[in-house]
Amino acid sequence: MRYRMRCLIVSLALALIMLAAMPVQEILRPTTARAVEPDEMLKDPKLEARARRLSQELRCLVCQNENIDESNAPLARDLRILLRERLKAGDTDEQAVQFLVDRYGEYVLLRPRFATHTLILWIGPFLVLGIGLVAAAVYLRRRVRAAPEATQAEAPLSDEERKRLRELLDHS
Amino acid sequence: MIVELGHYALVLALAVSIYQTVVPIYGAHVGNPRLMELAAPAAGVQFLLISFSFAALIHAYVTSDFSVLNVWQNSHTAKPFIYKITGTWANHEGSMLLWVFVLSLFTLAVAAFSGNLPQSLKARVLGVQGAIASAFLFYIVAVSSPFVRIPEGRVPLEGQGMNPLLQDPALAAHPPMLYAGYVGFSVAFAFAIAALLEGKVDSAWGRWVRPWTLAAWTFLTAGIALGSFWAYYELGWGGWWFWDPVENASFMPWLAGTALLHSAIVVEKRNALKTWTVLLALVAFSFSLIGTFLVRSGVLSSVHAFATDPERGTFILAILALFIGGSLFLYATRAHVLKLEGSFEPISREGALVMNNVLLSAATAAVFIGTIYPLVYEAATGGGKITVGEPYFNMTFGALIFPLLILLPIGPLLAWKRGNLRMVLGRLKVAALLAALVALAVALALGAGVGAALGIAVGAWVFFGAWEEWAGRVMLFRAPMNVVMKRIRTMPGHLWAMTLAHAGVGLVVLGAIISTTWKGEVIMAMQPGQKVQIAGYEVVYKGMQQATGPNYLAERGTFEIFKDGRLIATDFSEKRTFLGRRGMPTTEVALLHRPLGDLYIAIGDKSPMGRTVRIYFEPMIYFLWLGALMMVFGGIIGLADRRFRVGIAERTESKVAAQAAE
Repeated sequence: MRYRMRCLIVSLALALIMLAAMPVQEILRPTTARAVEPDEMLKDPKLEARARRLSQELRCLVCQNENIDESNAPLARDLRILLRERLKAGDTDEQAVQFLVDRYGEYVLLRPRFATHTLILWIGPFLVLGIGLVAAAVYLRRRVRAAPEATQAEAPLSDEERKRLRELLDHS
Repeated sequence: MIVELGHYALVLALAVSIYQTVVPIYGAHVGNPRLMELAAPAAGVQFLLISFSFAALIHAYVTSDFSVLNVWQNSHTAKPFIYKITGTWANHEGSMLLWVFVLSLFTLAVAAFSGNLPQSLKARVLGVQGAIASAFLFYIVAVSSPFVRIPEGRVPLEGQGMNPLLQDPALAAHPPMLYAGYVGFSVAFAFAIAALLEGKVDSAWGRWVRPWTLAAWTFLTAGIALGSFWAYYELGWGGWWFWDPVENASFMPWLAGTALLHSAIVVEKRNALKTWTVLLALVAFSFSLIGTFLVRSGVLSSVHAFATDPERGTFILAILALFIGGSLFLYATRAHVLKLEGSFEPISREGALVMNNVLLSAATAAVFIGTIYPLVYEAATGGGKITVGEPYFNMTFGALIFPLLILLPIGPLLAWKRGNLRMVLGRLKVAALLAALVALAVALALGAGVGAALGIAVGAWVFFGAWEEWAGRVMLFRAPMNVVMKRIRTMPGHLWAMTLAHAGVGLVVLGAIISTTWKGEVIMAMQPGQKVQIAGYEVVYKGMQQATGPNYLAERGTFEIFKDGRLIATDFSEKRTFLGRRGMPTTEVALLHRPLGDLYIAIGDKSPMGRTVRIYFEPMIYFLWLGALMMVFGGIIGLADRRFRVGIAERTESKVAAQAAE
C-alpha cells in the first residue's frame, strides 16, 4: 500500500514536471544580449563569446559595482571595444586582461587575482572553515569522551533560586 | 521651540541612559535589589524622552521647517506627506535618531516582558542596553545632531529635496525594519554580557535569548528582502543582489544571527554549546554595529571619504572598538566560568547544528573579508585600489553555503544526542527523488549547465526536504485524515517556523538560480510603433508622453504587451525628474507579473536611433520574494509560540496536569 502510494506520488510529480517544462521551453531560452551594442560585436562568434566572458569579470571603473558587460556608461563601451580590439589582434585572454590591468590597475578586475597580496582574501574564508571544523572535531571528541552521566549534572542552585523554586512550588 | 525641546529631550535621554547603565549594574554587583529595580523605570523614561525627540524631528519634517538644517537638506514642500515622514530617517542624522529610538523600544520591551527573569540578570541586561544607548546618544548629541538650526535671517524658503530614489514605499519601510533587526541583536548581546558578568548560562538563558534573537532575525530578513525588492524594481537593471558593500553590511549580521538562532536551540534543549553561543551573540551584534558603521561613515566609497569627515568616522570607530573589543575582552577573561555541558555524539541534532554554525561562520567570514579587504588594502598600501566583486563572492560564499544547503534537510530529522544518518536519509527519499527529477527535467528541457542543474537540485532538495520532514511529523499518508488534520492543527509554532523558514530558503535558492540562468534580455533603441520579441511575448513601444506627479515631472513610455497575437496588458515606464537640487532622474519600470516570471520594461535615454528600452524576462523571480515572505512568516509564527512566553507555558502545563488528576 505504502509502496503504491509512493509510486503514485512520484509519477504524479514526474508528470507535473514534464507538463510544466514543456511550454517553458520556448519561453526560457538563455539569452545573452547585454549592454553590448550591435556595432561593437565581433564578427567571429567564437571571439565574441570570449570577449563577453571576459567583460563580465571586468569592472566599469566609473560605475558602482557594475561589470562592463552590463554597464551603459560610455567608459564601459570604450573598454568593451578596447578588449575586442586586443582579442582581434590575437591576444590570449590573459594578455588582453593584462593590457587593461596595465592601463587601469588591478582595480579593473572584479575577481581579484590569486597572489601574495590577496592571499588572506582567498584563503581567509576557508581558513575559518578549517579552524571551525578542527575546533568542532576537538569539541566533539571531548564531549564523547566525557562520562555522559557526569556532564548531565547542573550547576547547584543558589539560595535565591532555591527560594524562588519554593515560592513557585507553594504557589501551584 | 519644539525642535529645541527635542534636542533637550535627547540630552536628558543621554543622562538617563548613563544612569540606567551605572546604577543597575552596580546594584547587581553588590546585590542591592533596590538599585537593580531602578533599571526598568529608567528604560521607560528613556523611551519617552527619545520618542519625544524623534517626534519633534518628524514634526519639523512634516511642517517643512527649513530653519532646521537637516530638514532643509533633505526635504521639500511638494513632497507627498508619507515621504515627509519617512524623509526623517532617509539621511544620516535622522537615521541615527531612528536607531536609538528602535533601541529604546527594544529596551522597553525587555523591561516589560522579563517579569520572570532573575532580578540580577534583568538589571544587567537593561544596564548593557543602557550602555549601548548612551554611546549612540553621545554620538548624536556631540557630532551628529539633527536639530542644528540655520541662523535666523538666512532661512531658505524651499528645501533641497530628498534623494528621489528613496521616495518609494518599500524603501520607506526598509530602514526601520533593518534597524529593528540590527538593534534587536543588541538584546542577545546584552544577555550575553550579562551572562558573562553573572558567570552563568543555562537552558533558561537559552530560552530567554531565543525569542529576542528570532524577533531581530525576522525584522532583518524582512528588511533585507525589502531592500532587495526595491533594488529590483527601482534601479532599472532587473538585478536583485549585487554583493554591494551596503548589502553585505546587512547580510553579515543576518548570517551570524542565523547561526545564533540555531546554536541557542542547543543551549535551551541540551545545555551545550554555551560559550560558543555567547560568543555568537557578541559577534552578531558586532556585525550589526559594523554594518551601521560601514554604511554611515562613508568609508565604503573610499578611505578618503572617511578622512573628509573624520570626526564622525572616528567617533563611530571608537564606539565599535569599545563594544566589540570590550565584549570580546570580557569574553576572553570570563568565558571559562560557563563550563558544564551536556554530551552528544557527532551524528546527532547537536552535531548538525554545530556544522550549521561552522559553515555559517565561514560564509560570514567570506562576506566580511571580501567587503573590508579593499578598504584594508587601500589603507595598508597607501592608496592601492583593488576590487572584490561578484565573481569572488559567488565562488567563496557559494562554495561554503552549498554544503550547508545539502545538510539543511537532514539536521532537523536527526535525533538529539545520537542520530542515525541512514534512517534520516530514508525519511528524505521523496525529497531526494523530487530534487533529482526537477533538476533532470530542467536540464533536459531547458539545456541547463551542470552548475545550474546542481543549484536547482539543491534548492528543490531543501524545499521538498523541509516539507517531507513536516509530512512525517503530521503523519501524512500514514494515519487517517482526521488524525493528520489534528496533528496539523496542534503542531507547535516553533516547528511551523522551522518548516516555513527552511522551505523559504529552498525557494530563494531556486529563484536565485532560475532567474539568473534563464534571464531574458533585450536592450535596443526603439521607435514608436516598433515591436520586439522576448520570451514568447511581443512588446510594442507606443511612444513617449509628458506626465506630472506631485513633486516630479515625468516622461512616460507606453508599452503594449501581446501574447499569441492577443493584447494582454498596457503598461508604462517613466523617467522622473524630481524638484529640488538632486536632479538625477529615476526610473519607474513597467512590471508585468506572469505565472512563469516577470516581464520588466525600463525606458532609458534618448539616442539617435530612438529611445533606449531595456526589456527583461525574469523567470520565477517571485520565488525570491515568496521564499523571503515564508521565512518572515515563519519567524512571526515562531514568535507567537506559547512556549516562548515562559510563564504561560508553565501555567497551561499545570492546568493540564490538574485536569488529568481529576
